[in-house]
Amino acid sequence: MPVFGPQSKSFATLTEGRNLPLNAIRALASIVLSTTLVAVAGCGASSASSENATQTTSGKGDAAKPPVQLLNVSYDPTRELYLAVNKAFVAQWKERTGQTVTIEQSHGGSGKQARAVIDGLKGDVVTLALSYDVDQIAELGGLFPKDWQQRLPNNSCPYTSTIVFLVRKGNPKGIKDWDDLVKDGVQVITPNPKTSGGARYNYLAAWGYALKKYGNDDAKAKEFVAKLIKNVPVLDSGARGSTTTFVQNGIGDVLLAWENEAFLAVKELGPEKFEIVTPSVSILAEPPVTVVDKNAASHDAVEVANGYLKFLYSPEGQKIVAKNFYRPSEPKFADGEDIKRLPEIKLFTVNELFGSWANAQATHFADGGTFDSIYAPQK
Amino acid sequence: MSVGGSSLAGIQPNASLVGDDITGRLKRATDESKLVKGLLIGTSLGFLTLVLFVPLVAIFAEALRKGIGVFLASFTNHAALSAIWLTVLTSAICVPLNVVFGLASAWAITKFQFRGKSALITLIDLPFAVSPVISGLIFVLLFGMQGLLGPWLRGHDIQIIFAAPGIVLATLFVTFPFVARELIPLMQEQGTDEELAAVSLGASGWQTFWRVTLPNVKWALLYGVILCNARAMGEFGAVSVVSGHIRGQTNTLPLHVEILYNEYNFAAAFAVASLLALLAILTLAAKTVVEWRVRREYAQALEPTGAEE
Repeated sequence: MPVFGPQSKSFATLTEGRNLPLNAIRALASIVLSTTLVAVAGCGASSASSENATQTTSGKGDAAKPPVQLLNVSYDPTRELYLAVNKAFVAQWKERTGQTVTIEQSHGGSGKQARAVIDGLKGDVVTLALSYDVDQIAELGGLFPKDWQQRLPNNSCPYTSTIVFLVRKGNPKGIKDWDDLVKDGVQVITPNPKTSGGARYNYLAAWGYALKKYGNDDAKAKEFVAKLIKNVPVLDSGARGSTTTFVQNGIGDVLLAWENEAFLAVKELGPEKFEIVTPSVSILAEPPVTVVDKNAASHDAVEVANGYLKFLYSPEGQKIVAKNFYRPSEPKFADGEDIKRLPEIKLFTVNELFGSWANAQATHFADGGTFDSIYAPQK
Repeated sequence: MSVGGSSLAGIQPNASLVGDDITGRLKRATDESKLVKGLLIGTSLGFLTLVLFVPLVAIFAEALRKGIGVFLASFTNHAALSAIWLTVLTSAICVPLNVVFGLASAWAITKFQFRGKSALITLIDLPFAVSPVISGLIFVLLFGMQGLLGPWLRGHDIQIIFAAPGIVLATLFVTFPFVARELIPLMQEQGTDEELAAVSLGASGWQTFWRVTLPNVKWALLYGVILCNARAMGEFGAVSVVSGHIRGQTNTLPLHVEILYNEYNFAAAFAVASLLALLAILTLAAKTVVEWRVRREYAQALEPTGAEE
């Protein structure tokens, strides 16, 4: 409005002198311009409030508690897992408490999703790829306490996973271990560690392998990872984007992928096209979950949000977790068959090799960090 | 006037009227050997087929690959319906607002002289100049929790970004110039003579606007509306930034396509994409009809001024 206001006064027309209709035209012009802008501002507020209205007025039927909506903000490859979890949880919660709950999902690169919650995406729970991203929400958003990771068992990780290789059927390039990824003429597909949690695990897994191979020599490890990154033709922003680049668009010889993502790709797109290669050693991926206290409290959903996350640890939840190719924190609850298909790999943790996620983030992925110095010269 | 403006093919029948000299020159201008003609036409047809026709057919082929049942089922689930609803709602809000704004600004710019006019024109063009991602980020910076107005909005329990209002605002911003940009050249061509005549005969501002200005530009306005609507329904970048990607809540059709594709649900992804493609085809058809009417408006706008000068 301030842009147009003063100018509408200085409207001077070709019919200077005939001032009667002119004033009308001037007034009209400024009215039209300003109502446009007011209407724009108004529509934002009104549709926001109508959204809130549906949430509070739709409570009917249940004697127990009004129906509630839960938003789970998650990372890229968990879509199928949470579709299954949500279905089971909704039924169980209804039976136990009589309350109807609908669960919405939002997926994207882990870092990007954390950023969205910090910027105001009203997730009631976050289920992200790594603890650093959740730390960021506590730190920058202040939406839950900084010691969130102590609130649930197993460092708030109801399931873990690792990084494996997905190759084309018959493994034409003969890829067996990390060493094969730095060879000339091998194209490696991995997402961008700046935005993707999976990619950060990929990168740290390669780094960890090199550390072990060269006796903890950081310079050698950097050289190794730099060579690997040179073999990457496409850097997508999320794990799912990389998977489609590899399987659907047929680019690259090997995909560095979440174990669950690799199994899912083989299941969805056919074992006749792809196979999984397990490296000699890999990283333990620990995707944590937590309730976003302030968001859940704002619409009376704290109880159900807590129940939702606890459900992940329950025997039923753990069974679903294993069905979807994640490694359950309590394997005894899962079907034996589902556990057996996950290969045994020597796994190291981020804390073992890099101190903490905050450390790894600062050294490797922050602006001006090791990844930048490896990747920048390529452009 | 009309002869000069028409295409080469249109000139041929009139050639006898114009004279032998021109006929000869025209003949030479179009009288290439069959080989060259064939090669040129073949190249352009081949290019068009490859770049436009094949992808379009591919979308529909891929959408129908698993049968009409799967195709239709892609539209009847909750997530798809809500994406369609949100897309329609967004353009139902954005298009009328941009019509009002476009008319008002085009009117102000072409019928009046005032200081800051060129600044206003530049402002209108701004959304064309910036990348859609930036258009989205502007709103995150403004309305996000860490942004200028975020804490205040949260305090009053108003959700703008990561909800429908944010999507509407981002779309509004991106589609801002379409109507105005379509009207300004035509209204400049038309000049202010008719308005002056109306005013001097005693018409009020409203009367002048409704009875003189608006009827003169109605087809160009419709053309702008069609383009604006197509962009409002198809916008991806800006909307993606402010959407929050909540399935069944803040997904528009283009975002829904992306999600389906990422879920290995290719048939459904292409089915929804074909809906957008269909919209594009309808837009083109409507555009062709309207374009023809706009050209007539232009011709009418030019003729009286031509006679005066």
